[in-house]
Amino acid sequence: MRTGVRSYWWFLAPALVVVAGVIVIPWAFTLWMSVHEWKPGGAIAYVGPSNYARLVSDPRFSEALVRTLYYSALAVFLPLVLGTLAALAFHEQFPMRGFLRGVFVMPMMATPVAIAVVWTMIFQPQLGVANYLLSLIGIPPQLWVFAPNTVIPSLVLVETWQWTPLVMLIVLGGLAAIPTEPYEGAQIDGASAFQRFVHITFPLIRPFLMVAVLLRLIDALKSFDIIFAMTQGGPGNASETINLYLYQTAFAYYDVGYGSAIASVFFVIIVALSLAALWLRSRAAWMAEPVGDAS
Amino acid sequence: MKRGLLRSIGLVFSILMLISPALLFFIWMLSLSLKYEIDNSASPPILIPTNVAWSNYVDVFNSNRFLLYFRNSLVVTGAATLIALLVGVPAGWAIARLDAKKTAIVIMIARMTPGLSFLIPMFLLFQWLGLLGTLVPQIVIHLVLTIPLVVWIMISYFETTPRELEEAAVVDGATRWQTFRMVALPIAKPGIVVAAILSVIFSWNNFVFGIVLSGRETRTLPVAVYNMLSYDQIAWGPLAAAAIVVTLPVLLLTVIAQRQIVAGLTAGAVKGG
Repeated sequence: MRTGVRSYWWFLAPALVVVAGVIVIPWAFTLWMSVHEWKPGGAIAYVGPSNYARLVSDPRFSEALVRTLYYSALAVFLPLVLGTLAALAFHEQFPMRGFLRGVFVMPMMATPVAIAVVWTMIFQPQLGVANYLLSLIGIPPQLWVFAPNTVIPSLVLVETWQWTPLVMLIVLGGLAAIPTEPYEGAQIDGASAFQRFVHITFPLIRPFLMVAVLLRLIDALKSFDIIFAMTQGGPGNASETINLYLYQTAFAYYDVGYGSAIASVFFVIIVALSLAALWLRSRAAWMAEPVGDAS
Repeated sequence: MKRGLLRSIGLVFSILMLISPALLFFIWMLSLSLKYEIDNSASPPILIPTNVAWSNYVDVFNSNRFLLYFRNSLVVTGAATLIALLVGVPAGWAIARLDAKKTAIVIMIARMTPGLSFLIPMFLLFQWLGLLGTLVPQIVIHLVLTIPLVVWIMISYFETTPRELEEAAVVDGATRWQTFRMVALPIAKPGIVVAAILSVIFSWNNFVFGIVLSGRETRTLPVAVYNMLSYDQIAWGPLAAAAIVVTLPVLLLTVIAQRQIVAGLTAGAVKGG
């Protein structure tokens, strides 16, 4: 009378069919397309690895790659530091904690395009409120997203504002899992708050920090909405990351074969960097004797 | 006693510092949306206008066929979430009960994949099928976003619900389907709510799929707002009002259901896109 384990597969089957249809088959097609040449009106022609060869010698791609890494490094590091500090504060007990945490989380849930619209107005050099606020503390007006040398830091500012809450939530989950005994011992030994953080809290939440780094890294590398809505990769190409270059190639120039090659290489880059982060995480876990797993 | 007081003051100060970037931003957004152009270009900037420009909101609903785009957003988000729940909840249950941990890696890979790489083949496919003028392409591609999200959250939810009840049902002769329908599903309601809320939010917010797959008649709200940004850059009031209308449902949901959202985000530590 026992119902076999195999019957579980019927529950999995619909999802597998849909996932195959919307994820696996499109991916296979993208890979296939990346070794072909096709432009609207023409026929599809097999060109071998030439799209990939073109990538290597394409200065616009290598510049976009460097820009993506620069952007991502900042957009991982800043939310990580600020999110950890925020988690330490939200870990305390205080009135209206749930509501205030809800307010803090709002930037990551709000519609990115709506946010981009308002940040564009804030950064507007003549009428924007950002330059007015700077003038109050005696800093000369900036061009923000409208100048090549400040565009990436300005976009990172928006991304940090938007995604610090995610890091906060992950680290908060980590803090909740820490036992209280080590702190009681440290209290007796007279350890300062800073010492307690460095020697007890930090090692215990390190696995959670690594989860935060991994997720932040994936999202920062793929960042699109904010950059596209605010600058379209400009001024010039100053904020054109790989994802934006991919969009331009495939959907503005309709160079589908080359766009597919960019998409494939971009995916490999994301996986490689994520694996590097996971490797760091396993090392950290080995050093820290993890208490839990957030993933 | 003095130390405790200092500590409380420090905490209040830090919490204020932490929430002020979010709070001030949304207050400023509201302020921009309620001012006439003359107030929006005033120097120094005006926070609370003497003449409140409700007309900005009236403009939003009158022009730009906003109601059509609102309806499009509702249809795409609703359909993508519903389909994701229909196939994702049973799948999450099966994966949790089979201990198929490797599937989690597949979902992680789906998360790592840039959305644009699905868009190239989908765009060509739907162009070939002649469906680009309908909402079907957007519903289908939003599944890329909503299904992994729902499956991921349901796995972690079903891992916390007891197996014993289900095993008892099987002993009593229930089929696998009856066990799922009568035992597992009713207990899973809170998890399904969390999955549905997050699926709705991330689908509603999505921009990149719409910018490629939508035409004049099939735009979703984020795409409509983006088009306003590129064409009437000067009219700040109506633009900010449109931005508020788009994001208000999501913000309200965040504040009302913040407990569920926090639970969902930390259980799965997931985000769409």
